[in-house]
Amino acid sequence: MAYLDHAATTPMLPEAVEALTAHLGVTGNASSLHAAGRQARRTVEEARETLADALGARPSEVVLTSGGTEADNLAVKGLYWSRRDADPARTRVLASPVEHHAVLDAVHWLGEHEGATVEYLPVDSYGRVHPEALREAVARNPQDVALATVMWANNEIGTILPVRELADVAAEFEVPLHADAVQAFGQVPVDFAASGLAAMTVSGHKIGGPYGIGALLLGREYTPVPVLHGGGQERHVRSGTLDVPAIASFAVAGRLAAEQREWFAREVGALRDALIEAVRTAVPDAILGGDPVDRLPANAHFTFPGCEGDSLLLLLDAQGIECSTGSACTAGVAQPSHVLLATGTAPDLARGTLRFSLGHTSTEADVEAVAKAIGPAVERARAAGLT
Amino acid sequence: MTETSQRSRPLRVLAAMSGGVDSAVAAARAAEAGHDVTGVHLALSANPQSFRTGARGCCTIEDSRDARRAADVIGIPFYVWDLADRFREDVVDDFVAEYEAGRTPNPCLRCNEKIKFAALLDKALALGFDAVCTGHYAKVLVREDGTRELHRASDMAKDQSYVLGVLDDRQLAHALFPLGDTVTTKDEIRAEAERRGLAVAKKPDSHDICFIADGDTQGFLANRLGRAEGDIVDESGAKVGTHEGAYGFTIGQRKGLRIGTPAADGKPRYVLDISPVNNTVTVGPAASLDVGALTAIRPRWCGAAPTGPGTYTAQLRAHGGETEVRAELVDGSLEVTFTEPVRGVAPGQAIVLYDDTRVVGSATIAATVRATAGVS
Repeated sequence: MAYLDHAATTPMLPEAVEALTAHLGVTGNASSLHAAGRQARRTVEEARETLADALGARPSEVVLTSGGTEADNLAVKGLYWSRRDADPARTRVLASPVEHHAVLDAVHWLGEHEGATVEYLPVDSYGRVHPEALREAVARNPQDVALATVMWANNEIGTILPVRELADVAAEFEVPLHADAVQAFGQVPVDFAASGLAAMTVSGHKIGGPYGIGALLLGREYTPVPVLHGGGQERHVRSGTLDVPAIASFAVAGRLAAEQREWFAREVGALRDALIEAVRTAVPDAILGGDPVDRLPANAHFTFPGCEGDSLLLLLDAQGIECSTGSACTAGVAQPSHVLLATGTAPDLARGTLRFSLGHTSTEADVEAVAKAIGPAVERARAAGLT
Repeated sequence: MTETSQRSRPLRVLAAMSGGVDSAVAAARAAEAGHDVTGVHLALSANPQSFRTGARGCCTIEDSRDARRAADVIGIPFYVWDLADRFREDVVDDFVAEYEAGRTPNPCLRCNEKIKFAALLDKALALGFDAVCTGHYAKVLVREDGTRELHRASDMAKDQSYVLGVLDDRQLAHALFPLGDTVTTKDEIRAEAERRGLAVAKKPDSHDICFIADGDTQGFLANRLGRAEGDIVDESGAKVGTHEGAYGFTIGQRKGLRIGTPAADGKPRYVLDISPVNNTVTVGPAASLDVGALTAIRPRWCGAAPTGPGTYTAQLRAHGGETEVRAELVDGSLEVTFTEPVRGVAPGQAIVLYDDTRVVGSATIAATVRATAGVS
């Protein structure tokens, strides 16, 4: 079996499994005052410090959430509400059109239900937002911008965005910028303080931690309106009893992601390069998606003209190769990816995509399996054509 | 002769899974028989009310989930294929056009002919599958020479060979109907689903026409074709009422005519003829519905076409009974004479000819000849 869908989720690190299971048997609500509560709180706060350290942030800037989707929603909706409450003129939301649906659908919802004017920033053919594009959009009326949101690295095509430069532009106009760094963490240097971002999303299960845990890195001057109201945990921004075992495990994975990032970029990057080479050799007209250089080291995205991505998926799955078309909807009906359409890819072409994403367990054998299977699979999928 | 479902060679099978109980049990039986089965749900309708912006959802999200859940329990891969464009062109548009022309189409039959055993089968074969499996109740038998015969299901009450009568030998060669030899009631299929841990065991049966979710065919047609008021006349041509669109009627229909003045003889009146050209619906007594012969076009044969006239049993609608006919191929059309007159034959429907349980072929009814007099 060749698992090449690490961007969907990656196997848990043994150290993270150990931390998780070690804490599952321990009782304690981190909000309680007694000894059990104090012990739980200590575990949580040490984990918070570890995560802050791994991400170049202060511990108080780490707001723990149930995952990337919740962190994105909290950043986008919460910052919109708080900025609009402070000044009703601030209703403009600037977003890249290549965001994950956790951001895209939240932004769209604000437009539909909360009076937001949503403006999608232009991107180049690699899906990158240029700082000048952000400047142009903000400068049109800096007073009415509630927030801007871009992703640090694209989950489908792997392009890395110039977050630091974008944050500089936002800061110039005192506009908070949020970045979804779910795919970037562990693959490229992610330093919250150095980035200049107001808020940043990370997730546990994409870096070898458990499902259902993530964090919003949030500058101390920001107080987003909560999405979840309740007991007032996490700076009163995110209520809910803290999931101590998941948090402890997330911290272990986060520490290892930061420590092993250079190894990951080098070793996994080399495997990824071999995979790209193998696919290009087998299918010379395959088109590599995203920036050829400035991309996530584990991402290889291809468009195969004349193929249905779903057909390729089925054929590769039958040979034990697990990858993705890069986009999916709840009903499972393949849609041309919004990311590809935003980069100017023709809709018919955008249907023939595959995303191979590697990770810490990837091997040369995985690459060889793809090298062997991709040529015949593309040939067969082309024969089946586009329905 | 052997049944394909019992062949020992394992096949690569694509199981069409609607989300209903029959197709789920069919897929499970195919997998249990040792075939390498992959499930596929066909997304056949585009839903403009999808929540996600810019995305085209499927009106059958729930059906799709039910099918996926069943596939997961059976332990087979599962995909959703979007055949909505093909379905709209080949089935829905055809359905509307047929009604507009005053005929009564059978969209299920059309779907089998154009989608399940054409678009889907072709794609499946191109991708390396050997067969398409469905939950239809019918049997495929293999002759000594390797050609196929389509037969009625063992359980006549469940038989669906009528809507498969359009399939030719090549299509049958790649069809798998694991439910065909089941003599059972739906309850027993449900019990089998329950035994297999399939959650669709308790799911209600689907509507007759899948793309008209509320079952209101008239409303669906009115929406597509608009209101077109016209006359309802009797056999003498005298106006007896008005209608809001001739397409809303079917030959043999009695209810919903809303004729104010009663017939001279006081007996019920039925739709005898629909004329889209002058937007007129003709009504008359039951006796005038009796058909003695008909002409059917676009004949398709399961195997070789008959060379001369023959005597067959015929089925004229999806849940209709059998009737004895003599049929002959004349200039590419099928000329059919009924031994006993039959009532309420609607152009547009299929006539399927049988030799005992074997499907000989099918054709689309184009014109009928009244048992009493005149061509309608």
